[in-house]
Amino acid sequence: MKLAGQILFRSLPPMILALTGSLFSPAAPAEEPSLSLKIKDHRFIPEELQITAGEKRLLVVENEDATAAEFESHTLHREKIIPARSQSNIYIGPLKPGRYEFFDEFNDATAHGVVVAK
Amino acid sequence: MLNAALIVFRESLEAALVVGIVAAATRAIAGRGRWIAMGVLGGCLGALLLAALADVIGAWANGMGHELFNAAILAIAIGMLAGHNIWMASHGRLIAQQARALGAAATNGDLAMSAVAIAVGLTVLREGAETVLFFYGIFAGSKATAASLMQGALLGLAGGVAVGALLYRGLMRIPLRHFFTVTGWLMLLVAAGMAAQLAQILVQANVLPSMQPLWDTSSLLPMESTAGTLLHALVGYDPQPSIPQLAFAGIVFLGVWLATRVTRNRAAAIT
Repeated sequence: MKLAGQILFRSLPPMILALTGSLFSPAAPAEEPSLSLKIKDHRFIPEELQITAGEKRLLVVENEDATAAEFESHTLHREKIIPARSQSNIYIGPLKPGRYEFFDEFNDATAHGVVVAK
Repeated sequence: MLNAALIVFRESLEAALVVGIVAAATRAIAGRGRWIAMGVLGGCLGALLLAALADVIGAWANGMGHELFNAAILAIAIGMLAGHNIWMASHGRLIAQQARALGAAATNGDLAMSAVAIAVGLTVLREGAETVLFFYGIFAGSKATAASLMQGALLGLAGGVAVGALLYRGLMRIPLRHFFTVTGWLMLLVAAGMAAQLAQILVQANVLPSMQPLWDTSSLLPMESTAGTLLHALVGYDPQPSIPQLAFAGIVFLGVWLATRVTRNRAAAIT
């Protein structure tokens, strides 16, 4: 009983955080229109995205392929599965000026791109 | 084929390492093999379900359904690992004595094992869902490439399991007088690593603010290197950690360490 209480106590703060996140929907931060990225035939279209440094933007990724893709970038710190024939939202930024590479982990031979922050 | 092997290897590595550590850390608890096996099996079934529901979950919470779902899973897994460490702190001395005397698992620890099984299951679930989605993709292609990709995927899975088994074997060779201390610290580090990942997911979901990394060790230890990949799978290593990641990891590390310390002192005072 005591152990159950301790387990609950330990996991409560992170759970509350995760649950409150689902209560207040993540607000759209920027007035800028969202960035668009398409996945077709295991390639990104376009392969280069431009973003203003210091700005947070919403990236809408549309997967037109019949198989799932995984948008991943170590430097952008983003990792998200994009199911087949569907769309996913990914917030990126604010970024310091530079080049940030991303790839589709499931098809990394062909799917590569870069976000250029200026 | 090698590509598929690498992808599945990376996905299965984290779960395999957690299973290896947990299997070692719970060596003194009776029937722990069955519990862990149930956890793994449950995780696999859950992964199949999660992959099938990927579209539905993805649409929740303004498109952040996956992030919040993964965040909740991580939070629970952290709680379970913490619970196990706290349980060990109150029973640890007795267990270590029994393990030395009987040389076999004797302690009844059903509550602790159920917590551990949940942690294992959730980890397998999280990593497994991605792997399943990758497998779905394999079958969508031509029959010829599917066979070769399937071989690669199974090879990758075997590789992940092998690394987990290696870790287990290596840990089991640690002399008993240090053993539970080492596994305790490892579980703590794994929990802290999960907390760092939890923070990162919440940043991605736009629940926590996105902040600049505090430092960059990618020249010293790149994420893509073998050591970097292993360290990332084990303790959530990130060469460019941000404040939320470090804060979450620090809070869980300190919090659980303190709780086990207090529990151990109380247990010592009673006996």
